Amino acid sequence: MKVVALERVGKAFRSYSSRWARLREWIDPRALDCHEKTWVLRDVSFALESGEAVGLVGMNGAGKSTLLKIITGITQPSEGSVHLAGRISALLELGMGFHPDFTGRQNAFNAGQLIGIPLARLEALMPEIERFAEIGEYFDQPVRVYSSGMQMRLAFSVATAERADVLIVDEALSVGDAYFQHKSFDRIRQFKAAGTALILVSHDRFAIQSICDRAILLSEGTVKRDGDPESVLDYYNATLSGVNQIEQETDGERIRTTSGDGGARVTEVRISTEKDDDADTVETGTSVVLALKVSIERDLDELVCGYVIRNRLGQDMYGINTFHTEQLTGPVAKGTELLFEFSFWMNLGEGEYSVATALARGVTHLEGNYEWRDLAKVFSVVNIRQRLFVGCLWMEPIVAVERLS
Amino acid sequence: MFKQHASAVYANRDFIFASIRREFELKYRNSLLGALWTVLNPLAMIVIYTLVFSKIMQARLPGLEGAYAYSIYLCAGILFWGVFSEIALRAQGVFLEQAHLLKKINFPRLCLPAIVVGSGLINFLIIFALFLGVLVLVDALPGMELLALIPVLGITVWFAIALGVVLGILNVFFRDVGHFFGVVLQFWFWLTPIIYPASILPERAQALLMFNPLAHCVQAAQAVIVNHSWPSWSGLLGVALLSLLLSLLAMRLYLQHGADMQDEL
Repeated sequence: MKVVALERVGKAFRSYSSRWARLREWIDPRALDCHEKTWVLRDVSFALESGEAVGLVGMNGAGKSTLLKIITGITQPSEGSVHLAGRISALLELGMGFHPDFTGRQNAFNAGQLIGIPLARLEALMPEIERFAEIGEYFDQPVRVYSSGMQMRLAFSVATAERADVLIVDEALSVGDAYFQHKSFDRIRQFKAAGTALILVSHDRFAIQSICDRAILLSEGTVKRDGDPESVLDYYNATLSGVNQIEQETDGERIRTTSGDGGARVTEVRISTEKDDDADTVETGTSVVLALKVSIERDLDELVCGYVIRNRLGQDMYGINTFHTEQLTGPVAKGTELLFEFSFWMNLGEGEYSVATALARGVTHLEGNYEWRDLAKVFSVVNIRQRLFVGCLWMEPIVAVERLS
Repeated sequence: MFKQHASAVYANRDFIFASIRREFELKYRNSLLGALWTVLNPLAMIVIYTLVFSKIMQARLPGLEGAYAYSIYLCAGILFWGVFSEIALRAQGVFLEQAHLLKKINFPRLCLPAIVVGSGLINFLIIFALFLGVLVLVDALPGMELLALIPVLGITVWFAIALGVVLGILNVFFRDVGHFFGVVLQFWFWLTPIIYPASILPERAQALLMFNPLAHCVQAAQAVIVNHSWPSWSGLLGVALLSLLLSLLAMRLYLQHGADMQDEL
């Protein structure tokens, strides 16, 4: 059953040239258009079946929050139509408009009534709300003494106290600690199994891939991609890295540095798997090939090619070069194109990783650096086929258990 | 359309009652005297006016005997003015005040004025009950005429909320409205025969009073409470008519611009 259907939805905010322009528009029937429209959403159409979970991704300012506000009915679309079937429960941003001076319990009553749960029903649900939030005695203390994580716990408990036909979760969960995130995702999964349609906004790739059947990429107010989460997220990451380069110019911490005298250049970095020739996502425990295409910019008597795989924090996971593999490339003439292929088993755990490439004269790039390129490629590792494990290294043991007495 | 909104408000009556209760809790939450402040504030005002005008300035109401006549006159006026100005003023700011809710949760927005009316009425009833107690003490309690205060109160509140919602919607888009109304209320108070009796005004000014809707409400209350007579209904009927027009205007504004409201908050 279709529970949410959006048809060519658009939203424009009005901006007036002056404060008086609006007054003129209100009073003077001839002055119909004293404002300029800023479209933040345009031509957005999609539908959601019950039990379907969709992840909404997009950069800041892509229109995600506005879209959610339209679906929840908080704001009206400027064009197009929204059809809803059933009750909708939404957890937008932080909190649910909690009042800082009231206790968690009072706020829970207030918010519960606001989302349309009758008082009597709410009273019956209250012990469960308190139990799920797990904020202890804080439940009866004013919300102003809450941490943001505690507010989120309370808000989530209220919003999901009763299963709605549509559940919308906007970012909120990222505030929670790992324990509560896990717990909330369990509840979301239960709801989904019982037929709740879910819209999840998250920048957490794993959250989306683990729970959503579908992802929608919103960019500049329109739907750029709508499909299976993996392909949509890959596409999103690709567009993101393009923008990242620009951002990194100003971002002091993550500057993509490319250094060297330019004797040789890496022109292409690809990771290929069995399925995908140019993958952004790799499964733990599969075999992959890291291919570096190198173009020689001047005559070189010696060339060493290497790479380092780093985790999200920039810590080296593994790195090697052709000096250590004893595969030095001899004299190469200007204009030569070379392809280096490194085949290995992806023994990394789930996470985001980057590849830095190095072209140098000797063992280290310090001896003669042709090119060093940080963040030459960003990819993620997901664990689909292996047993669930934690950590960034896949080193599956054989387990033996012996009874000693 | 109207029916749909009305039923949405009715469906949320639990929420409205709970909100009114919470509002009171909130107001007196961290105070030692608690709800006593509801009484103390207007009481202070009444005492001041009584002291200043009847004792210090020796003001007497023409044609009325009794040491307390003027104080009673003052209270009657101030109480009814108070319920009007409280409701109108709060309704005028309620959408801005509750912006944090309106931006996060979808609920019938017309609940908000209902909450304003509810808590305004309760405030009034508390003080009015006290006032009646005082009237019993000084042996000045009106008889059956008191019943007339029910429609008088009803019309006053209706006028207040209709005006307040019109201004409240406008205030979202033009913030000047809020500031302006604060100023207007001050003038309005002194243009209404609350502190002074209408009879001390020059005749031309007295004739103009009929264009002040609040004057009709206040004078009706004074007639009942001070003179123990039935109020003149014709003036009140005019106010009711005006309230109806304002209600229709409020509805129209809400239907036309209600959707844009949340974008401006």
